[in-house]
Amino acid sequence: MNVPSNLKYTKSDEWFDPSSGAVGISDFAQSQLSDIVFVEILVEEGEEVTVGKAIASVESVKASAEIYAPVAGKVSAVNKGLPDKPEILNSDPFGEGWMIKIEGSAGSEMMDAAAYEQDCAGRAH
Amino acid sequence: MPTILEPTIFELSSPGRTGVTMPASDVPHTDLPNENLLRSDLPLPELAEVDVVRHYMKLSKFNYSVDDGFYPLGSCTMKYNPKINEDTCRLPGFLYTHPLQPIETVQGNLVLMFELQEWLKEISGFAGMTLQPAAGAHGEFTGVLMMAAYHKSRGDSKRTKMLIPDAAHGTNPASAGMLGMSVVTIPSDARGNVDLKALAAACDDTVVGMMVTNPNTLGMFDEHMEEVIKLVKDCGGLMYGDGANLNALLGIVRPGDLGFDVMHFNLHKTFSVPHGGGGPGSGPVGVSQRLVDFLPSPLVGIVEEADENTAPLYGFVTPKNSIGRMKAFHGHFGGGLVRAYTYISMHGPDGLKDISQYAVLNANYLQAKLRGTYTIPYDRICMHEFVAEGQFAGSDVRALDIAKRLMDYNFHPPTNYFPLIVHEALMIEPTETENKDTLDRFADALIKIAEEAKTQPELLHDAPHITPFGRMDEVKAARELVLCCWLPENYETLT
Repeated sequence: MNVPSNLKYTKSDEWFDPSSGAVGISDFAQSQLSDIVFVEILVEEGEEVTVGKAIASVESVKASAEIYAPVAGKVSAVNKGLPDKPEILNSDPFGEGWMIKIEGSAGSEMMDAAAYEQDCAGRAH
Repeated sequence: MPTILEPTIFELSSPGRTGVTMPASDVPHTDLPNENLLRSDLPLPELAEVDVVRHYMKLSKFNYSVDDGFYPLGSCTMKYNPKINEDTCRLPGFLYTHPLQPIETVQGNLVLMFELQEWLKEISGFAGMTLQPAAGAHGEFTGVLMMAAYHKSRGDSKRTKMLIPDAAHGTNPASAGMLGMSVVTIPSDARGNVDLKALAAACDDTVVGMMVTNPNTLGMFDEHMEEVIKLVKDCGGLMYGDGANLNALLGIVRPGDLGFDVMHFNLHKTFSVPHGGGGPGSGPVGVSQRLVDFLPSPLVGIVEEADENTAPLYGFVTPKNSIGRMKAFHGHFGGGLVRAYTYISMHGPDGLKDISQYAVLNANYLQAKLRGTYTIPYDRICMHEFVAEGQFAGSDVRALDIAKRLMDYNFHPPTNYFPLIVHEALMIEPTETENKDTLDRFADALIKIAEEAKTQPELLHDAPHITPFGRMDEVKAARELVLCCWLPENYETLT
């Protein structure tokens, strides 16, 4: 499982890049969902989001999931090409699979890579 | 490209072929009112009757149904549907009537609907009943509308939250969401019950109510049902029961007696209406006394009482604060109501109780046979279904592989990947209509498949092997949607 150390993570499997503001879903999340076939981004550039607001909806052949804003702030960019290539969330969740960028900073409830890895291990079964 | 086993009806078409010859017109010819309203470019298939019959006969042989074999599709209650239902729903008096006929000419239909309303009330312990909703989720929507109307009628406008356990049916949050309510998910505890602490924390004066599927999607009867209901009612909320799993409760527990305010039935599950592939459903809704005035209109009622010389006159009545009409006519009459009426009258009260007891016995028998081979994460006495994990330590075999391999043993796969709270879920509901031999054969197949998962995993990965088509590419099917069978010639210019 890939868990980049420069990112912050939530219990609901979103990642946040403090340097770029990018948000996405983790490698663990994409592997749990399996093949992702649909993604819709629910917020627009310029919109203010609060922590926990649904920012995207993702569907795989197994399940559908809402993706929540890990930090509060203004949406500065949206990955507009993503809905046309949902499979990128499987192949490159931390790179090309970014969903939106938020001008905000990680709260203390967000986990670092080591803590997140431990959290995932506790849930894997 | 896979082999095409049978072309589509459009591909079989040949210009000029015809199945029927229209008789010569016996009415005077008149000009069409407006030629522009007609189009001549519809590519309707042209075939002889025999070719049409053979085409669909061939397709039907690729199918698998409850009439072919065991169909343990969890949560769907795929019981065998008695064929007598097919006779009754085709009786000419039912078949050749129209919903807009004068009530005096359809008294038989109205009596059937009235009695069905009364029977469903008796079975569920509710005070009022509508037969209108077309299916389960439509019933949920109807029920939630009534809950909202109830609060509104009391001037209680700040209730916007619907509480829904994570072991509920997926339609529950969708129904609440359709009405603009916000959904608060309540987790399950380690025994598969609603987590009472989490529920207590969520209960406040903004709660519309709670939607509970009981038995839940783990096949568990909530051990704290009364506490759950009390918590919700103490904060002014209403209790919605998802009756999709009623097949476990007939003649044993009445949701109305437990304190539920609303519940929808799935006549197509519990009361033997053939279903699958999208229809036909039938989702009557029962309500407690405090909601009877909000029921949809019209309901079937007695509009003139009987006297010494005449029978009562059945007709339509409108509840005082009705939420209005939920369907153009009166529900799925022949498809759902006549079949369900037949089934209930055929079994009677004791027979209905037997149905549930055998459904629960069959599920527990299968669970006991599979325990030890498959992990049962919520392992206690189940109701009409149970959920196993379709994965083994050290193996890359998944629930989907096991499900597909079951087809090679001539069984329909169980529901997989639901509920979401179980990893690699296999949700198994045998129903009461299967005998012990069938259950044994199914358990043996699953045990053999578990062995194959260790010794020949490729057998599972490539399954099914004996069906007309092998493993379908579900990912490709979902990513590359083809929503029509042909494109108009000028499609490019249209888009």
